[in-house]
Amino acid sequence: MLSVIIIIALTILVLAAAILAVQTTNLVVAVISAGLVSLMASVGYLFLSAPDVAMTEAAIGSGLSTIIFFYVLNRVRGKDHG
Amino acid sequence: MVRKIFVIILLIGLGWFFYGMADSFHGSDSLNMTASYYAENGAEEVGAANLVTAIVVTYRGLDTLGEVTILFLTAAIAAFFLKSKEEFSKRDVKPSSELLQTAAGMLVPLIFVLGVYVFVNGHLSPGGGFQGGAIIASGLVLLLLSKPLQKVNSRFFALVESFSGLFYVGIGVAGIFLAGGFLDNSILPLGEFGTLLSAGILPVIYILVGLKVGSELSGLLTKFQETQEEN
Amino acid sequence: MDFGLVAVVVGFLLILIGIWGILTQKNIVKIVIGFSIFDTGLHAIMVGIGYLKGRTAPILDSAVSPADALTSIVDPVPQALVLTAIVIGLGVTALMLAYVVRLYDYRKSLDISSYEDLKW
Repeated sequence: MLSVIIIIALTILVLAAAILAVQTTNLVVAVISAGLVSLMASVGYLFLSAPDVAMTEAAIGSGLSTIIFFYVLNRVRGKDHG
Repeated sequence: MVRKIFVIILLIGLGWFFYGMADSFHGSDSLNMTASYYAENGAEEVGAANLVTAIVVTYRGLDTLGEVTILFLTAAIAAFFLKSKEEFSKRDVKPSSELLQTAAGMLVPLIFVLGVYVFVNGHLSPGGGFQGGAIIASGLVLLLLSKPLQKVNSRFFALVESFSGLFYVGIGVAGIFLAGGFLDNSILPLGEFGTLLSAGILPVIYILVGLKVGSELSGLLTKFQETQEEN
Repeated sequence: MDFGLVAVVVGFLLILIGIWGILTQKNIVKIVIGFSIFDTGLHAIMVGIGYLKGRTAPILDSAVSPADALTSIVDPVPQALVLTAIVIGLGVTALMLAYVVRLYDYRKSLDISSYEDLKW
């Protein structure tokens, strides 16, 4: 029963974070939301009995790729931020 | 506006298509033929407790070799496009805070040890070369954040990467002569199931993959860090 | 409740959101974010297809002996594929972002509509 509630909450959060990442005009918020999608997905993989995939997604999807996005954002920070 | 309408029509079409696929999807109750072969024979043929590792390194070893090659190619092309600035060493950056520097000094060695642990134990527990390499690269990110002016020796990463790739292919070719085929893991005796020194050459290959992925990702992150302009 | 079906449906929705982002956004960084969300959806679908109800992770230890692996583990093949696909995804994302940096150096703009050299 508890796992069903967690899965429903994860589903809602993943979809909300994905829509926010695509629709927001603030690039920092968009990058953080994309990282959040990966983090929620990695929790979901644990429920799908895939611990290896969960570890990879948590380390790479929400860790390293967010860092690379921020390096690029800092590099191209200029007049247009829309 | 016309453009958005076209996109919406496309998405509705795709959604209808996906609905059909999701509607006809029903989880099966038993493993399919390939998976049941791996589940039945994986333990005695490969000797790895983690079946995902057995598939990644031995049964689909050629796939993994190709994957590591793709990662190398993307890192190389990205480095080609990110020519680092000449004035990199002359920029003046605010030093990062005392807290971050102290914490990084304590945590970075521990993170590196965790990464090594993850890829050494890849055949027994969840984890392996890819995860361990990513953990090592994230430790390097912490180091770069705490010391922004640190010059990282990218030749070292290139050396580690090239030699681990070379040994990976060398072990694969050795499998043709000493065992059943390319990347066969029974070059070394399989050992006792479930112990650290088991599964033949598989742990060695996964350690090499870990070193290669770790140094590739570290080199990539260093390249991105070197393009930072001054603020 | 079948977690596998939930993962497949969420994965398809993530793919649709990603395509919407790729096709409608003007900012290049947002387009790259759309690609990365597309990627996550694809991985969720593949893991969801490999899931079998009521079974455990494909790791043989004291809880799952090699003898009864056939009836108690989920399908390990999609997990192995997704494992490598995630790492390639990072490489491709980094490559696209390197192009973004290069394009920005070239014309100092992140708006995709200001790059129309090949437009007819």
